[in-house]
Amino acid sequence: MSAVVETAAGPLHVQYDSLERQHTTARLGMWVFLGSESLLFAGLLALYAAYRFVYPAEFHAASAHANLVIGTVNTYVLLTSSLTVALAIHATRHGNRRRTVALLIATIALGFTFDVLKIIEYAGHLREGLAPGAYYAFDELPARGVVLYVTLYYLLTGLHALHVTGGICVLIWLAVRAQRGAFTPASHLALELGGLYWHLVDLVWIFLWPLLYLIR
Amino acid sequence: MTTDPPDYLHAERGIRSWLLTSDHKRIALMFLVATLLSLALGGAFAMVLRTKLLEPGPWLIEPITYNRLFTLHGVVMVFMFMIPAIPAVFGNFMLPMMLGAKDLAFPRINLASFYVYLTGAALALWGMIHGGADTGWTFYAPYSTSSPTDVAPIALGVFVLGVSSIMTGLNFIATTHMLRRRGLRWHDMPIFVWAIYATSIIQVIATPVLGLAVSLVAIDHAFQLGIFNPALGGDPVLFEHLFWFYSHPAVYIMILPAMGVIAEVVPTFAKKHPFSYNALAYSSLGIAFVGFLTWGHHLFVAGISQFDAAVFGVMSMFVAIFSAIKVFTWIGTLYRGSITFNTPMLYFFAFVYLFAFGGMTGIAVATTSLDVHWHDTYFVIAHFHFIMIGGTLTAFLAALHYWFPKMFGRMYPERWGLVSAGLVFAGFNLTFVPQFLLGNAGMPRRYYAYPDRFHVLNVMSTLGAYLLGASLILTLVYLLISLRWGKPAPANPWGSRSFEWRSPSPPPVHNFVEPFDPRKGTYAYDEPPPDEVPAMERT
Amino acid sequence: MNELLRRLLHLPEQRSSIAIGIDTLHYTVILATMAGVTLAAAVAAVFLFRYRRSSSAIPLTPRVVAPLWLEVGVYGGLLALFCAWWVVGFRQYREIETPPPDAIPIYVTAKQWMWKFAYPAGPTSQDALVVPVGRPVKLILTSRDVIHSFYVPEFRLKQDVVPGRAEMLWFEATEAGTFDVLCTQYCGTRHSLMRAQVIALSGADYARWLDAARAPLTLPGAKGDGQGLAERGHQIAAERGCLRCHTTDGTRFIGPTWANSFGRTRHTTDGRDVLIDEAYLTESMMDPRAVIAAGFQPVMPSYQGVLTPAETSAIVEYIRSLRDVEPVRTVPPPAAPLAFPPPAGTPGGNP
Repeated sequence: MSAVVETAAGPLHVQYDSLERQHTTARLGMWVFLGSESLLFAGLLALYAAYRFVYPAEFHAASAHANLVIGTVNTYVLLTSSLTVALAIHATRHGNRRRTVALLIATIALGFTFDVLKIIEYAGHLREGLAPGAYYAFDELPARGVVLYVTLYYLLTGLHALHVTGGICVLIWLAVRAQRGAFTPASHLALELGGLYWHLVDLVWIFLWPLLYLIR
Repeated sequence: MTTDPPDYLHAERGIRSWLLTSDHKRIALMFLVATLLSLALGGAFAMVLRTKLLEPGPWLIEPITYNRLFTLHGVVMVFMFMIPAIPAVFGNFMLPMMLGAKDLAFPRINLASFYVYLTGAALALWGMIHGGADTGWTFYAPYSTSSPTDVAPIALGVFVLGVSSIMTGLNFIATTHMLRRRGLRWHDMPIFVWAIYATSIIQVIATPVLGLAVSLVAIDHAFQLGIFNPALGGDPVLFEHLFWFYSHPAVYIMILPAMGVIAEVVPTFAKKHPFSYNALAYSSLGIAFVGFLTWGHHLFVAGISQFDAAVFGVMSMFVAIFSAIKVFTWIGTLYRGSITFNTPMLYFFAFVYLFAFGGMTGIAVATTSLDVHWHDTYFVIAHFHFIMIGGTLTAFLAALHYWFPKMFGRMYPERWGLVSAGLVFAGFNLTFVPQFLLGNAGMPRRYYAYPDRFHVLNVMSTLGAYLLGASLILTLVYLLISLRWGKPAPANPWGSRSFEWRSPSPPPVHNFVEPFDPRKGTYAYDEPPPDEVPAMERT
Repeated sequence: MNELLRRLLHLPEQRSSIAIGIDTLHYTVILATMAGVTLAAAVAAVFLFRYRRSSSAIPLTPRVVAPLWLEVGVYGGLLALFCAWWVVGFRQYREIETPPPDAIPIYVTAKQWMWKFAYPAGPTSQDALVVPVGRPVKLILTSRDVIHSFYVPEFRLKQDVVPGRAEMLWFEATEAGTFDVLCTQYCGTRHSLMRAQVIALSGADYARWLDAARAPLTLPGAKGDGQGLAERGHQIAAERGCLRCHTTDGTRFIGPTWANSFGRTRHTTDGRDVLIDEAYLTESMMDPRAVIAAGFQPVMPSYQGVLTPAETSAIVEYIRSLRDVEPVRTVPPPAAPLAFPPPAGTPGGNP
């Protein structure tokens, strides 16, 4: 009695009576995971809200030193990458393997671009002395309150960048599998779930961008 | 008759077949071993702590050792025993069977959650050997971020244990939604499933916030980020908010599954349909949701506004009602039943008494002005041990005895069971009733040395702890003996109508031998039993 | 009745104006709890006995569903009871949280592992809080390091003491006596030994104590030579609250450290460099807003008319004696850059 039955449209696990139900369950699990994941950021955003309420002027002054150019470029980079990953799934549905792989590689490249830009941005801040916590050494603004913005900036964007990096690893794995022809128009669940995860990464940034860069 | 499939314990042999299994029942057993080891470890810490408290002055151990030990006692008991105890062991084993499913929705995630648990536990244990944190399991900043001890590994261990908890919860939610046997409607599910489902929701929503809070403490301790440091404008009370946003619902993560166990034990041994199915099912969800809105009652003396105190106070009263609903319904279920007095039933009786008392003292500490006196004293210690040990551990033992025949295919010795349940009850009361009085008298918690006037009550409490520890060891011993030499168990020794008993004891790999109709209700004690006796029993 | 229940429940004596009210609610809640739990356990026991099975055959049992009126009645009744407790408890909580306007303010500083008390008239004391009986006292509490909690069981009162925050607690002692102050928020190795005492004195005794505490300092060793004067300066600095903001080991705190400062130049907020000498230090005490050291907030109150010329020079002498202390470079301590209010009665106080 094996736990998995191979079917034309992919392996069916014994506890499911149909492949469709198995896929729906996987999607449900992914959504629950994404919900849970977003609460990780919610905790930090709650801290951000509380401290912004206590130090509105300091947050205002500090966010003026955020690098709006890189932040905005990165927003477009991530939004485009969400589009490419969606197009990759679309291409799979139409059975176009080459286009799938190309679009996944484009997504990976965009994610990588995001990380590189982020590192450049961090380096610039650190040169100015806009460092978190005890390492804060920015001359133009007194530390009190401002340093909370700076620390939260690093924590929020750092946690997000970790997610981007994790997402890139997932996408690389998906691209390799796509290249090997693992995905068919009828069966590409992993690709779909990986895409969902990438959209979450994108969505989180859509919150961080205005909160950290735009609100003045 | 075709040949019977082998049971899950003997289907495959060798260590690999256990370590790499995807069978929810085997994973449940591995969790059982791990959580029992954690219980033993946490219990050993408690024994050292109680022994120290035999004397008011310094003796036996140094203050710093004492402080580390109560921190480890809390961390081990809460994160390594209480939280996984019932969901990851009995939930894992029984949830698919109660739904008539062959396994959980994601068996590999289930196995992974076990290894994540082990990783977290190993990190925490490494931290303990490496010096151990002395912050208390609550990790309050700024003490935790400036403590001379090594906080980071233990805090990260808690984070990793939280990941395991989320994985378990996610699996149970998906399973409950998608893997109910065809024809099994939500309102036909056993109450235990509702309880586990509600628990899973809390786990998935609250645990990330705890993970974040303890990670911030770990990062802060290592790199002085000072996110809660008042010198940089931070506010330590914000940490308390983040922490209790998880850790108050975590109390329900610990107690809801226990309530689910009791809700199975009572109908089975009273042979009675629950007094009100809907009340039991929906009160679990009620606790899960309202439980998120009560965390501020941990901060009544921390300097929150009067408005906050009012809101959190009244929400705490509301969440208590759901517990009252459960107690009332369990007792009502006994009415006109046909009751046999087995060990799980004795544990039920202990549970009702201890949980009701613990819950009512919860109302007392939620009464704002009374909390001012009791906050952070032994009264609070006694209150939550009544819930955690009197409630969860008692229900854990009830579940262990109730499902022992199903899980291992052997009966436990009933007489020893009754004796040790009585001893657990006596030892428990002797340990914790004096602590209520100590709290009234004003003894603060986490006290290495205490004024002489608290001496007598402390000695009583310590003697009680010894009795409690001894009776738990007794329980473990006779259960281990019956694993090997116990009478072979029939498929349904208690005459239960619940689905898991329609499978042989122990069950085969994919749980059921013959199909059954789930519409023959799980609590239908008013109808003649369906012909559910499975094939194995006849052999 | 009160006395019987109090002893039975091991409660300490009631020694503040609010204690008796809180205990009355306590008795009500606990007695109702015990009655309710006993009732539940008794009903369960009766059912267990009455409906036990006598034969080995499993009979069918009727499906009894709780009637709605019973459920609504029980749960509604319980909720009403709980909410009634909540209303009474919350009213008491507001009373505890709202000090009477005429309360005597006393400033409390907690640090690992001691309590310090500063009085309006100037005297400070460590680990002993002297209060008058029959008059409301308002404590304004803050912490220098981690969270502590100020707890007097006889008063039924407790307040967490949080760094970076000024918390408030008020009480009115009803009888003379000595009561333990216990720290209830875990604060490190010696948490269980962080104790102090409240000494409640009757009106006349309190007045006598206050007079004695305010009397001019007659210190051993205050002979006028340099060493003695510096020591005296140290004492005055401690008593007048200078050391609440200025450290003597080089640690950066609310005010500039005194260590290794005398004779050096200091950068100011208006871009000048000033020499730290007797004149500068005296001016800083009398008119602290005149020159602000770079990187610090103008929060210091004036001590004009508070310090006598002799005391001023003693403090200056003390600072001079610290000029060879090697300052330690540290990360900001986890402590409060709180604009701590000066002792009331100090002119020019900074709110």
